[in-house]
Amino acid sequence: MSDIEKKAAVDYSQFPDAQGHFGPYGGRFVSETLMPALDELEKMYTRLKNDPEFQKEFDYDLAHYVGRPSPLYHAERWSRELGGAQIYLKREDLNHTGAHKVNNTIGQALLAKYSGKSRIIAETGAGQHGVASATVAARLGLKCEVYMGAEDVQRQSLNVYRMKLLGATVHPVESGSRTLKDAMNEAMRDWVTNVDDTFYIIGTVAGPHPYPQLVRDFQCVIGREAREQCLKQAGKLPDALVACVGGGSNAIGLFHPFLEDEGVKIYGVEAGGYGVETGKHAAPLNDGIPGVLHGNRTYLMEDEDGQIIETHSVSAGLDYPGVGPEHAWLKDIGRAEYVAINDDEAMAAFRTLTQVEGIMPALESSHALAYAEKLAKTMDKDQIIVVNLSGRGDKDILTVAAIDGIEV
Amino acid sequence: MNRITARLAEAKQQGRKALVTYIVCGDPIPEATLTTMHAMVEAGVDIIELGVPFSDPMAEGPVIALGHERALANKTSLKSTMAVVKAFRETNNGTPVVLMGYANPVERMGYEAFAVQASDAGVDGLLTVDLPPEEAAPLNVELKKAGIENIFLLAPTTSNERAESIAKLASGFLYYVSLKGVTGAGHLDVASVEAKLSDLRKITDLPICVGFGIKDASTAKAIGQYADGAVVGSLLVDRMGAMADQSPEAIAGAVVELIAPIRQGLDELAS
Repeated sequence: MSDIEKKAAVDYSQFPDAQGHFGPYGGRFVSETLMPALDELEKMYTRLKNDPEFQKEFDYDLAHYVGRPSPLYHAERWSRELGGAQIYLKREDLNHTGAHKVNNTIGQALLAKYSGKSRIIAETGAGQHGVASATVAARLGLKCEVYMGAEDVQRQSLNVYRMKLLGATVHPVESGSRTLKDAMNEAMRDWVTNVDDTFYIIGTVAGPHPYPQLVRDFQCVIGREAREQCLKQAGKLPDALVACVGGGSNAIGLFHPFLEDEGVKIYGVEAGGYGVETGKHAAPLNDGIPGVLHGNRTYLMEDEDGQIIETHSVSAGLDYPGVGPEHAWLKDIGRAEYVAINDDEAMAAFRTLTQVEGIMPALESSHALAYAEKLAKTMDKDQIIVVNLSGRGDKDILTVAAIDGIEV
Repeated sequence: MNRITARLAEAKQQGRKALVTYIVCGDPIPEATLTTMHAMVEAGVDIIELGVPFSDPMAEGPVIALGHERALANKTSLKSTMAVVKAFRETNNGTPVVLMGYANPVERMGYEAFAVQASDAGVDGLLTVDLPPEEAAPLNVELKKAGIENIFLLAPTTSNERAESIAKLASGFLYYVSLKGVTGAGHLDVASVEAKLSDLRKITDLPICVGFGIKDASTAKAIGQYADGAVVGSLLVDRMGAMADQSPEAIAGAVVELIAPIRQGLDELAS
């Protein structure tokens, strides 16, 4: 059997299994207090995901509140300048609140509503998930508290202020490396204390089962639309997909509806920071090993004693030592390839897209763009790359200005 | 017989409640751990829970989380923790030692390697906070082979049905988490512990120790009315954390001072 036939033999819809595993990854590694809450969430989600009323409500909100479908934009000028494959951008940056994150918070807020819990909590890195959570909380009249690493509070001050304007309380987390992983620890501590009245909206496809599954399902609207749009606009499926991977929710949302399309190559782009070879990066699929953190087994950045090590990326949203378990599995079975893009390459792509297409991308998405640029040059002009432009760059302007030495 | 089972059986026979104490290995200075362990035994501690520090201790409140950070800053590892237990066993062969920590350091070492080395060091039990029974089967196999008890947590949210299946997998004792929250939280509700323990007694014959939120003689005594043992952690770690610039003997002395009234309180319950 050839490799391609082996890939086609996998029925991706059967994962995760009943215990929440993607092959050896995923699962439910939390303290006993939370196990019954996760059981309850799983039961509720299993019931609702096949409930036409729930789906109708979700679809309605995506259309009328988020503004879906988001366009699939052919970046003609940029493609021409690169002289290779045609690059199409899936414009998640045009969603309400400016990123793909809102697809998931709309879905989880509906779950919160159905569960009758009065309070939501969230962790956030770049602040996009925090803003998206605060947004849906405002709309539903729910109390919202967001945990954010103190380091991220500083580098994403605009989003912190947005959350406050939306009525959320932002808790800066001072422990550990003061970034996303520590925010997630603190959110878990809150949840275990207030499990009776609190719904925890996890922002990425990580965490204990059923989160990686339900976040994926909510984000799959990206890939379903992109598939349909590409067929309609270009008359064929893309040759390659490219998306950035921190926890990996925008990536899995784009990738998943294409997994069974064998001809579509899939590239996840991790944050190479100062370079994978320097060790100062956030690329566990490139340079990590499997372990257990934040409720799931996955690839992690850790030392030889199993301690999680500090990561580095210019983009707060990718600065995380783990990755969603489904990505870990897709890497192992060879269905997706995971590469890394360094800080400076991402910064260059940020400037290029801004200047050539008039679109200012988030620094997270700039990692995907930088890899697409490299990839396009190796492909023919009649080939197509779909890049997930997962968020807009307004939130990053202060970071970019600081790198340029400019005070805004 | 495993030291844990032996000690809890002995306490029961003597009609007294077990005192279980938790400290983080390597906190606040590496030299303090062994001295403190021996001093705690002298002070009447029945079981020592030795915390294995982890970079992301999700179930810990601020006090014990800081203890983990200090221990890691002192380069404490799972390996060095087992070395401390081995040194403890040179002069103490009776007091059970349970390692308490998180899954990843054990994963990194490998289940089999961990079980073999822990057994060789004289470790009696393992409590992995983030390894519920659903995920514990492969580790259980190795622990069993090595004669190490797997201590499971039960929580206020655990249903009787679930408690029953956990009790079947557990050995040594069951650790009942007295409240919904992190270690060191302040909202202990004795009546709810009483009710839950009375349910659990119908399900299992294993001894039940209760922890989280016990911080003085009176809370220990209140819990001791219903439990086989009381676990004290944050109280000790808090005091130790403030003594990083002092000698191991001074640190151990301070811990003994904290333990003495709790031991006395529990002994007042003796039948």
